[in-house]
Amino acid sequence: MRGGSQAKWVVAAVAVALAATACSSSSDSSSGGSSDGAVNAQGIYSYQSAEPQNPLQPANAMENQGGRIVKQLFTGLVDYDPATGALRNQVADKIETTDSKTFTVTLKSGWTFHDGTPVTSSSFVKSWNWSANPANNQINSDWFSDIVGYDAVHPDKGDPTAKEMSGLKVIDDTHFTIELTSPVSYFTYKLGYSAFFPLPEGFFADPKGYGEKPVGNGPYKFESWEHNKAITLKAYDKYSGTNKAKNGGIVFRNYTSPEAAYKDLMSDTLDVLDQVDSTDLPKYKDDLGKRAVDQPQGAIQNISFALYNADWSGQDKAKVRQGLSMAIDRDTITKTVLNGTRQPADSFVAPGVMGYKAGTCGDACKYNPEKAKQLITEGGGVPGGKITILYNSDGGHKEWVDAVCNSIRQATGVECLGDPKPDFKTSRDIIRKKTVSSMMRTGWVQDYPLNANFLRDVYGTGASANDAGYSSKEFDDLSHQADAATSLEKTADLYQQSEAVLAKDMPAIPLWYYKTSSGYSNKVQNVKFNSFGDPVFTDVEVKK
Amino acid sequence: MGRFVARRLLQMIPVFFGTTALIFYMVHALPGDPVAAMWGDKAPDPVQLAALRHQLGFDKPLVQQYLDYMGKLLTGDFGTGLDGRPVIDKITEALPVTIRLALFAFAIEIVLGVGIGLFAGLRRGKLFDKGALVFTLLLISIPVPVLGFIFQTVFGNNLKWVTPTVQDSNDITQLVLPAVVLGSLSLAYVARLTRTSIAENIKADYVRTAVAKGLPRRKVIGTHLLRNSMIPVVTFLGTDLGALMGGAIVTEGIFNVKGVGNALFHAINLKEGATVSGFVAFLVLVYLAAGLIVDLLYAVLDPRIRYA
Repeated sequence: MRGGSQAKWVVAAVAVALAATACSSSSDSSSGGSSDGAVNAQGIYSYQSAEPQNPLQPANAMENQGGRIVKQLFTGLVDYDPATGALRNQVADKIETTDSKTFTVTLKSGWTFHDGTPVTSSSFVKSWNWSANPANNQINSDWFSDIVGYDAVHPDKGDPTAKEMSGLKVIDDTHFTIELTSPVSYFTYKLGYSAFFPLPEGFFADPKGYGEKPVGNGPYKFESWEHNKAITLKAYDKYSGTNKAKNGGIVFRNYTSPEAAYKDLMSDTLDVLDQVDSTDLPKYKDDLGKRAVDQPQGAIQNISFALYNADWSGQDKAKVRQGLSMAIDRDTITKTVLNGTRQPADSFVAPGVMGYKAGTCGDACKYNPEKAKQLITEGGGVPGGKITILYNSDGGHKEWVDAVCNSIRQATGVECLGDPKPDFKTSRDIIRKKTVSSMMRTGWVQDYPLNANFLRDVYGTGASANDAGYSSKEFDDLSHQADAATSLEKTADLYQQSEAVLAKDMPAIPLWYYKTSSGYSNKVQNVKFNSFGDPVFTDVEVKK
Repeated sequence: MGRFVARRLLQMIPVFFGTTALIFYMVHALPGDPVAAMWGDKAPDPVQLAALRHQLGFDKPLVQQYLDYMGKLLTGDFGTGLDGRPVIDKITEALPVTIRLALFAFAIEIVLGVGIGLFAGLRRGKLFDKGALVFTLLLISIPVPVLGFIFQTVFGNNLKWVTPTVQDSNDITQLVLPAVVLGSLSLAYVARLTRTSIAENIKADYVRTAVAKGLPRRKVIGTHLLRNSMIPVVTFLGTDLGALMGGAIVTEGIFNVKGVGNALFHAINLKEGATVSGFVAFLVLVYLAAGLIVDLLYAVLDPRIRYA
């Protein structure tokens, strides 16, 4: 009998365990609720966020979390149309130039900061001068380096000799001029970046306090910042821009794990998701139906070569580099390993960006094992007989790096291994010190939607993100010509020519473009994402 | 007794300095430059990088940094994080949340754990005892993330009794779910320890004597049996309280609770030396205090143990 009662309990235990697993596998069945309901214009919705790493100051907003909040609090001279990425005037009435070197800015009148003070020429000029000064510890202080007099405010060595850049001149309340050290035809595009936002007069007396309780001129005004919990913004009813908020406000709710946010979205506790976590990616479209978001982003994933190593430079090695690129089956990897969350790359610039031209990478970005093998042999083989791809293992890159290596190994027989580093900081340290042995994971997220940003800032000699150490006179010359062009269209065209040089030299292998995989709750509608991967916050409608 | 406590308190001083120095060094030894990491994928502007490093004191030698930190700590200044916020603010935000969560979980494991263990031990070999064994085995074998996930799905998404995650970490009623999950594993250990101890002591001479002299059953169990059986349980509970305070990272992550574990994990990721040291210094104090209380409880529980 004793054995019998024990068996009974085992059965009971198994039954409990099975019941528990059965519970967890049943998923919420929710209907796609994006149909038009009555809209509450004062409704407030929540968005998945995390604690900003810096005070909320315009030139300090480099990382996403703080960056997207600053972009809602402030509006610059220009911004980018969320649908097309095209430049549109906001505070600026017009920005004129004849030589792409001196720009005359005319402001619209009637713009006010949230504290009621008017937005004038000096709101911009003072803000930029303050941000450029290294003593003020702004991460993006070097964004003003195009402007005449930057050297005096932000010298390479020693203390600043001036507090104001001489290239910025206020004419009156609605006019000022910007003089650049050399022509940059697309400078107006840069002006949409958050570092160029204006600041109210009160800011300069208490930058720290204003970093905690920012006062801007954007579609939303600051309401509260409960650290590690939430940041609340309210719609600014006196907003003068074209993108007035169609809702009452946003709560940027702090989540420590994306899985937790997804759970909350499924129960309508959270309204808009930042990004679906990797565990839920394969099923999120089934879970959310019409409320699932799958949109392209202005960002690209590459693997770059350590061209500073002698055995990787040299013209015949360009063939090896092209060969390796052809050995990667981008279509299969994006579909299977990456669950369709990326789009195979066919150029060095992301689509949706002005100047993007499909197929610039040409045959080199098409899977062709035969040609790959042939090119690698012609180029004298891979240096050292094997390649390693350095990446940070805290960013979910392991799966695709292994897949890329598999693809290379199978197509060409070249030995390929992933080289994981524990975290982002560690891998960046090695990349920055230029001690990578053969290849490394690199990527680029647009600062502004123009192809120059994907080319000059990544592949120009000595550029801030030129991790490969690539240096080509041909590329640099073409880029300089493009910068000096008289119109944006010409700039974009000329940059396409410099992009063709990249396809030939292959300093990096373009892999795929990022997409935004997100979703929203039954309580909101009209949720669209821009190419920065952020929702168009002002357009979100809260249902009654 | 007084001398014992004084000696233990004095011992805390070198332990405190030793651990903070060790942690300070370990955070520093982590690879990667936390300041340069603020620029993400881009190369930092060298001028700005140097200015920031100088402002944060990272350009000084490590020993100097530690001495500066300790000097400030003794005046009650815990330093600032990389985001410019005082570390003391971060501690006072996270600490009340964790204390609530830990005490809640602690209460659950004591009440249920000792309760189940007591009844199982008294009814050794009976149905309740077997049931308790299976139940505790189940709790021990289910990993915390799985249990958390099941609770979230069942009570949050399906039954909709609660929101799947904690919306306000300071609202104790919302902490029920994470506290149950957090306390469940220890609950099983406490129940098993209590059961074994009770089952063993129930055959002891002093229990037989107590029964023989006609003491009511309630008194035999309450005053004699349970009290003497608590020593291994109290030892476990003492170390567990420390673990609950600092080691709830997984549970806090699942339920989005903004407690110490979370803050610590975040700070280690960012390599914020001052923040990590501040939190750890505090956790060390909790551990030491819990250890002291456990030792003192031994004397209370078993009169044969004396501290001179």
